[in-house]
Amino acid sequence: MSAKIKHFPGEPIETREFREGKVLTESFKPKAKYAWSAGIAVSRFLEELKNGRIIASTCSKCKRIMVPPRIYCEKCFKPTDGWTYVKDTGVINTFSVSFLAADATRLKEPIVVAIIDLDGASENMGIVHRIEEYGDWKEIKIGMRVKAVWKPPEERVGAITDIKYFKPVKE
Amino acid sequence: MFGKKRVAIVGAGVTLFRRNLKETGKELSYHAAKMALEQAGMELRDIQSVVMGTAPDAFDGVHMKGEYLADGAGAYHKPYTRVFVGGGTGVFAPLAGWWHVASGQFDTCLVVCEEKMSSCYPHPQYAFTTIFDPVLERPIGMNLIWIFALEMNRYMHKHNIKKEDIALVSVKNKRNALDNPIAQLAANITVEDVLNSEVMAWPVQRLDVSPTSDGAAAAVLVSEDVAKEVTDNPIWIDGVGWCIDSTQWTNRDLYYPDYVEYAARMAYKMAGIKNPPKEIDVAEPYDPFDYKELHHMEGLLLCKKGEAPKLTREGVTQRDGDLPTCPSGGLLGCGNPIAAAGMMKVCEIFWQLRGEAGKRQVPGDLRTGVAQAWGDLMQYGSVIVLRR
Amino acid sequence: MSLEKITNPFDARHWIGHMEAEYRYTLGIAGERFFKEIKENERIMGVKCPKCEVVFVPPRLYCEKCFAKLEEWVDVGKRGEVYTYTIATIDIDGKRLEKPQIYALIKFDGACGGLIHRIGETEKVYIGMKVEAVFKPPSERKASINDIAYFKPAE
Repeated sequence: MSAKIKHFPGEPIETREFREGKVLTESFKPKAKYAWSAGIAVSRFLEELKNGRIIASTCSKCKRIMVPPRIYCEKCFKPTDGWTYVKDTGVINTFSVSFLAADATRLKEPIVVAIIDLDGASENMGIVHRIEEYGDWKEIKIGMRVKAVWKPPEERVGAITDIKYFKPVKE
Repeated sequence: MFGKKRVAIVGAGVTLFRRNLKETGKELSYHAAKMALEQAGMELRDIQSVVMGTAPDAFDGVHMKGEYLADGAGAYHKPYTRVFVGGGTGVFAPLAGWWHVASGQFDTCLVVCEEKMSSCYPHPQYAFTTIFDPVLERPIGMNLIWIFALEMNRYMHKHNIKKEDIALVSVKNKRNALDNPIAQLAANITVEDVLNSEVMAWPVQRLDVSPTSDGAAAAVLVSEDVAKEVTDNPIWIDGVGWCIDSTQWTNRDLYYPDYVEYAARMAYKMAGIKNPPKEIDVAEPYDPFDYKELHHMEGLLLCKKGEAPKLTREGVTQRDGDLPTCPSGGLLGCGNPIAAAGMMKVCEIFWQLRGEAGKRQVPGDLRTGVAQAWGDLMQYGSVIVLRR
Repeated sequence: MSLEKITNPFDARHWIGHMEAEYRYTLGIAGERFFKEIKENERIMGVKCPKCEVVFVPPRLYCEKCFAKLEEWVDVGKRGEVYTYTIATIDIDGKRLEKPQIYALIKFDGACGGLIHRIGETEKVYIGMKVEAVFKPPSERKASINDIAYFKPAE
């Protein structure tokens, strides 16, 4: 990139050349599997989701009601000192309409994902979840009110997916 | 002065950036490192310490990638450190090189950044899914592009920014890249091309995004004493800053990168910069997405919050404008081999300040430049201020 | 709430997943030539650094000691010597193998480095044992380290 440099190394190859066997390669697929522990605070959160409720942890020093809950306040670094329920309604803080699956393949029907600021939690205490029953995706707006749609109690397992999605609601 | 010794960059090197390169990661590291040494008029035996910057092992698909790459980075039998702060790595690596030399521990440090994302297929984005919280976020089906889309949407909403204005960044950077021999996606495109490109995750469209790439970049950092011996044209590292925000990314206001501002303030304080837009002659803000350049111009205090789109529209950020940004072509034009892309920005500022940028040369008497990178879960800022 | 001691992760609240990733590594500039020589010519090559007077096996693009670009390729022959070895009785998942498998680091005359490979046609192995590469039939070769089926005793 310096004008003094005349040659920039690198031998470009087209992706099709892999398929055509023009480039020598070795392949590998890792077989690692994981069981991620939910930990102390989020385990309680998940237990409450099973009951159809959303629980937050609180820091009395910073006056924060935090969701997802945690066992420490990352601002003052004290242990959180209380639990409180917040509502399963809230406001869309921001959203995206995704035509892209996790492996970068294309979707015909988009997935709408949003950060939802829950009622009863401190400002900007959002969680990330899906939005459905929105009609036309072009009608989705930041600031729109939404409410959780829960799985029936017998289908809940104590997972974030016990909330199926959030749907827009009228004031 | 900050640190025991003043630190200069005396040589830089980059490979081509491409979707696929045949070289192994080690070989790419070697090419960039060797070029930086040659440009500095130095040899490997002159190097006392080595810093490697490279992003998650999951891209190259080699665990302990830092160790794997070490011999290609010239680290054989030398003090060696691999650093990693997500997308912020490419500018963080020279910061780490800076403290190696500024501390007085070493007189020379070779900084090398590498990425070979093509190893991961069908698409490296898949490996990215594991950056999300495994219990609360991954079950939702999270996808890397979403967090950018969520942030972009919030930024647009807060300042009432139009997509047309954001698209201008992509148009500018891809055009700047036409003058860059390493560039992967240099092109003459229009705002309409961007707005008509495939919707990936609204508001993010195909031409708002930089590609995945293979590539490497490197620089030689030396103490003042050594700099005087090897060159008449050292470029000084006069400011360094880095900062991280909360990992609870859904709990932050995404419209503004506080952490970039904190990192910038740290670097400006060290460099004695009081009025960034006046004192900075050329900038390479991190631009993996077009809106990110604007976001980062604001975080770097190069303009007021929400004002970056206006400056872009008025041509201020063009190469011949008052505040040229991404004269290299940036990630949007050159490609995005994560750590190597950030390091390329540092190399570009180095060449711009030396007046060696050829067709990309920003006109005028350039004295001060800034490069910045950003990463992790939209939470990391790394900033470097260079001076002639 | 106390910090509980749980040894089985499945006893705690958890989410199960795996990392969806698959890799395709280019052999690189030096690697491509090295494996082509094995596949097409049954030759094991090294590359010489004229400055450091070292022959590297497997070959590489550069000398890690002096950073010179390496271009002087040499045939190091099919025969090597066991530098060190292990006798594996379990597989990668910890399951018992039907028959123990010898793995050795094989060095070539005067060269730096060597190849990790299986030792076949024998149950005995010792450090310093001379061994020779046994190549797969040409039709089965893929320009891979496994184009060499194993090394056999050569004494």
